[in-house]
Amino acid sequence: MNLLNISGSPHVHSDESTKKIMWRVNMALIPALLVAIAYFGINALLVSIIAVVSCVLFQWLIEKFILKVPTTICDGSAVVTGLLLAFNVPATPSMMWIVIIGALVAIGIGKMTFGGLGKNPFNPALVGRVFLLISFPVQMTTWPVVDGIFPMHFDLATGATPLAAFKEGSLGSDVTLWDAFLGHIGGSMGEVSALAILIGAAYLCWKKIISWHIPVSFIGTAFIFSAILWLVNPDQYMDPLMTLFTGGIMLGACFMATDMVTSPMAKSGQLIFGVGCGLLTIIIRNWGAYPEGVSFAILLMNSVTPLINRWCKPARFAE
Amino acid sequence: MTQQILIAVMVLGIIGAFFAVVLYYVAQKFKVVEDPLIDEVAEVLPGANCGGCGKAGCRAFAEACVAQGNLEGLRCAPGGDAVAAKIAQLLGCAVEQGEPQVAVVRCNPANCRIVAADSTSVVISDNRRSNYDGLRSCAFENTVYTGESGCHFGCLGCGDCVAACQFDAIHMGPDGVPVVDEEKCTACGACAKACPRRIIELRNKGRMNRRVFVSCVNKEKGAVAMKSCANACIGCGKCAKVCPVEAITIADNLSYIDYKKCIACRKCVLECPTHAIHYANFPAPPVKPAPKPEAPAADGASAAKQDSAQA
Amino acid sequence: MGGVHPEENKISNDAAIEVMPVPAQMVVMMNQHLGAPATPVVQKGDKVKVGQLIGEAQAFMCANVHSPVSGTVLKVDTVKDAFGITKPAVYITVEGDEWQETIDRTPDIKRECTLEPQAIVAKLKEMGIVGLGGATFPAHIKYNIPEGKKAEYLIINAAECEPYLTSDYRVMMEHPEEVCIGVSILRKALGVPNAYIGIENNKPLAIAKMQEVAKQFEGIVIEPLKVKYPQGAEKQLINAVTGRKVPSGKLPIDVGCVVSNLGTSFAVYEAVQKNKPLIENILTVTGKKLPSQHNYIVRIGTTYNDIIKHAIGQLPDTTGKVISGGTMMGRAVVNLDAPTVKGNSSVLVMDEGEARRNPETACIRCGKCMHACPMGLEPYLFSALVKNGRIEDAQKHNILDCIECGCCFFSCPANKPLTDEIRLGKNKVRAMMAAKK
Repeated sequence: MNLLNISGSPHVHSDESTKKIMWRVNMALIPALLVAIAYFGINALLVSIIAVVSCVLFQWLIEKFILKVPTTICDGSAVVTGLLLAFNVPATPSMMWIVIIGALVAIGIGKMTFGGLGKNPFNPALVGRVFLLISFPVQMTTWPVVDGIFPMHFDLATGATPLAAFKEGSLGSDVTLWDAFLGHIGGSMGEVSALAILIGAAYLCWKKIISWHIPVSFIGTAFIFSAILWLVNPDQYMDPLMTLFTGGIMLGACFMATDMVTSPMAKSGQLIFGVGCGLLTIIIRNWGAYPEGVSFAILLMNSVTPLINRWCKPARFAE
Repeated sequence: MTQQILIAVMVLGIIGAFFAVVLYYVAQKFKVVEDPLIDEVAEVLPGANCGGCGKAGCRAFAEACVAQGNLEGLRCAPGGDAVAAKIAQLLGCAVEQGEPQVAVVRCNPANCRIVAADSTSVVISDNRRSNYDGLRSCAFENTVYTGESGCHFGCLGCGDCVAACQFDAIHMGPDGVPVVDEEKCTACGACAKACPRRIIELRNKGRMNRRVFVSCVNKEKGAVAMKSCANACIGCGKCAKVCPVEAITIADNLSYIDYKKCIACRKCVLECPTHAIHYANFPAPPVKPAPKPEAPAADGASAAKQDSAQA
Repeated sequence: MGGVHPEENKISNDAAIEVMPVPAQMVVMMNQHLGAPATPVVQKGDKVKVGQLIGEAQAFMCANVHSPVSGTVLKVDTVKDAFGITKPAVYITVEGDEWQETIDRTPDIKRECTLEPQAIVAKLKEMGIVGLGGATFPAHIKYNIPEGKKAEYLIINAAECEPYLTSDYRVMMEHPEEVCIGVSILRKALGVPNAYIGIENNKPLAIAKMQEVAKQFEGIVIEPLKVKYPQGAEKQLINAVTGRKVPSGKLPIDVGCVVSNLGTSFAVYEAVQKNKPLIENILTVTGKKLPSQHNYIVRIGTTYNDIIKHAIGQLPDTTGKVISGGTMMGRAVVNLDAPTVKGNSSVLVMDEGEARRNPETACIRCGKCMHACPMGLEPYLFSALVKNGRIEDAQKHNILDCIECGCCFFSCPANKPLTDEIRLGKNKVRAMMAAKK
């Protein structure tokens, strides 16, 4: 007979694991990936593959040769970072090498310098994305023209995102709300289709990986705030629904603000976090230098997450 | 252009001056008056904050020294006599010299090592009775059960002592019992405090670092103790009988050698039926001076025993 | 709030209670309860009968111990308990099965109890009754309400929210009337108008049966409870039944509640109405890989090995863990030669694969532990604070409110031994508080 195992109670465990959570997030990102491939063609697939492979590779190299700790690439967290990074860049050929730099920054600076998974204060994919946006402003805002589903030709004619166009004073009248919802608009490859993102988010909610608090408060705040602005002056400010479906609000609210590591734990804290993200996003979009503010908003709120955690405690049973 | 530069300089200058005044005022208002002697004493301390003195850290120790005005009952173990002398000089008081000490782990590595019945060979075997699967903490494992070896007094092997050591002087040995690095050990006593079973004891280093000690703290009756570990002290008292200086006492089925009295003759080592008495830093195994000198153990056994004794 | 839903695994639900034969030798431990060990009052060579007092409670926090068998005292010595710790014990060589004459062994159910509350409590003390929910708190102390406090509710815990355990369920199915009489006696001892028996909704048969029987008794209310672990934890049960919350650091009596286990009320019936001391346990022998599942009535002091041998012959080769109690709060047994003690409710055999903990990975700050905690605490925070030696901060964050239910470890995707760490932290906090005093 084997030796008896001894431990303190409890002696059973739910079948949850970090690995399962990460791979489920990856599953949830698949609809958005498929839409990106459908609209942007083979470029989207290649950029995604390069981003994922380089993220995993950098994590492996850093763990193996610099930190000299057991490698944890199988837990799927680097894959999530890679996919999210790819989703935040335009699907253009030049991205195929730029995204490698982004992966190095995301994994190397965004994650491993703090000690790896679970210890990073900022969402690694957003760190990579913001680094690229500042370092390669031209390439990062060169959007491929969306040319019907499954485009067969890849010219470098560039279009504008609805947000950029609006910033310059002209929202193309040809962009309808329905297009924006389905993703038939310009933009970073993962953020175009609100529908695909919502499908993934619904899956995550069902699997209890995310709760509704952050996405709803984020999107709700953005909607209400932009609606107020729009009601004040419909000419200067964007339609609130259009605001939600263009740019990265959906992707950010459902996948990046909800990142477990960098968001608050208590439900009340998550609501504060979501509201903060929503407010900052609309402020940056309307009065900031960039047409898009989701990444900055989330990173800023990431930085106050420890404070929110300190302040928002769960309701004690005994009080 | 010049005007702009001037404005900038003026604005910054005014802000700077304002904050300088505020800072000066605050510094005066909340000034903490402290005996400068505390700083001087803290300066000569090792600064490892090991807590061996029983204070929160080196600074707290310095405060205690200055408050008390002498070194009675206060000793910095890592610093030893040298530091004590320096502090005494600063405080202007006398200091008593202490015997240098070292941490000694009093558990046979019986988890894995059993001396065979004829005491001629050392059998290496995994003698675990169970597999501990919980939090790697001795303090916690101690509350769960007896431990992997089955001895309720023995080493649990999770390394709380290793974690407690500020001087990198104690490490887990290959047989699951910690090993003290005598060079690095400062006898601060942090490991002894961390051990939930009080296995580690501070003992005098002894002449030429030679020490003899009972490497067991099992207080159970002989038969019960033997069931848990073949090398347990069974409290038979043979060692006490042969000791020429009455350094050995038996209490609660356990033998204890008073390091202040022990002359390191090693007569007890030869007597012990369970090989629970270990010795450290002797050049050769002890030899029975009896009419017919007969080696008590083969070289292998003795060497191995000394190895573990050096632990 | 909080709570988890572990797999119920009540596979021994349908096994009727059998009587375990008496082994040839009996080892009766002297501390089978919370508090100081009882003092042996027999000597080597004494003849004892079943139910005779062999260990007397001399300290305040102590309970009497009675002989579960008849025979000769072999020696008064020590024995290693299930966790390998040496404890005082009386060894008895079994000869026949001769019971004390005062014990009523007839199967008749005796309903009327004429004793005064004081006399009932004295009887509980005499018969060595302790709480059988796991803590083995001496009953005579619990039912002796301190001055200035008043009991308003008696709550009987029959939630049996622990996975695998079925002994309370079997008692409800087979002895509902005795249980109700026991509850009435306790109600009388406390002088409270109503007693509430809380049963989880996943036991509809037991609820129906108890409701039917309880109709014949005055002041017994059956309270169906939501299925959730830890519904049977004292504070959660009080909240579910009365809506009151026990404040931090207080006892149930501070909010006018007394909570008792269902098994205890059965033991109370036998003690008060039948004069039978607490010498038997009702115990589940279960495990997914065992050939058969059982519920037994076992003389206290029968060893784990005796029980296993009688129930299933021998442990399966793949056995990884033997647990006394349920999977969430039970204790892993290391010494199967140890005698069982009062309050043991099961011998649960787990398979190697089922028993092993998965390796720990990094905390991803998902907050699942916090949402699972029924006390609204922050296990992840305690883990970090204890690891870094910040014991005072842990105390400030109410670490002592933890009821050690294990929900945090159960739900942690990183497999961090959170419950272990919190227990360690609680010990350190208590040590720190003791040192300050």
